[in-house]
Amino acid sequence: MEIGCGSGYVITSLAIMLRQLGSGTQYLATDINQHAVETTQGTLEAHGVHADVIATDIVSGLEKHLHGLVDVVVVNPPYVPTPEEEIECKGIASSWAGGLNGRQVIDRILPAVHELLSERGWLYMITLEDNDPLDICHLMNEKGYASRVLLKRCTEEESLYVLKFWHEATAGTNSSHAAKSPRSESSWLSQLPFRSLWHKNA
Amino acid sequence: MRLLTHNMLASNARGAVTGYPLKLQVVKWSTKEVEPNADFLRGILPKLDWPALVAATHALGLPELLPETPPTDAELSAEGAAEEEGGPLRRLHRALLEIHIEEGTLVCPDTERCFPISRGVPNMLLHEDEVRN
Repeated sequence: MEIGCGSGYVITSLAIMLRQLGSGTQYLATDINQHAVETTQGTLEAHGVHADVIATDIVSGLEKHLHGLVDVVVVNPPYVPTPEEEIECKGIASSWAGGLNGRQVIDRILPAVHELLSERGWLYMITLEDNDPLDICHLMNEKGYASRVLLKRCTEEESLYVLKFWHEATAGTNSSHAAKSPRSESSWLSQLPFRSLWHKNA
Repeated sequence: MRLLTHNMLASNARGAVTGYPLKLQVVKWSTKEVEPNADFLRGILPKLDWPALVAATHALGLPELLPETPPTDAELSAEGAAEEEGGPLRRLHRALLEIHIEEGTLVCPDTERCFPISRGVPNMLLHEDEVRN
């Protein structure tokens, strides 16, 4: 599931990557912006993959009946620090406006994901240094999630962190090592043919 | 929007008690065949609200598609279940994953609030005064 699918690039990439897992995976995508949901539909169709796309605020309407059913959530949230009012702007601003420390929408997304994620589920979220990623990890740790910074990437304008969260209890026999070692994950990734979609450090 | 998603959607608007299941009014729908996956169907079956799924198929004018009671796990995991045309697995698969609602409306059972489905996308966005505190 992708929350905030925007152009549809990420959910489409995910569906293409996982296509070789066979027909047993279903995809959902949400966005608050109706142009985004239409664009996402087009991107999915153009690549011959399908996700059910819903125009909604985060996952409003799905919380109860999709509770604990989602195995993978990916989020590229509106993380830019902006004045609070900018969050309420309709239109393209909803793709970046994150309010105070760029955290105001992130801090609504995290509890929503907590409701939907299955026991074995994984959350991937991209954040800025400004969002205080370690604070996000700490908050999630308090909710029972292990966390890891998967990737750090600096551009001229942004210092980006890709975070991963999963339930502490399923982290394996040695949870602290599972939190540090990317080995098992990269070997799974290396079996996928679409490596060009992933940075080599992932 | 497929019926799998419809089965998971509720109204979150102020005034809705459960907001579920949303009544389906279909203007346009299509089918797109995809390969059935028994493991997925067996896994999702206990999570489905069966009466809501059956009601949705009735709304589509397909009262014969699903039985009133859900198939058993044994029926879904039986040898050849995926190949049996018209068998319980293929019927469940068709209902959940092969029917696409293109145009229509979802109606809250508590408040009659309508949520449009346009080009396959349900619009669950609420007005400011409908958002619960």
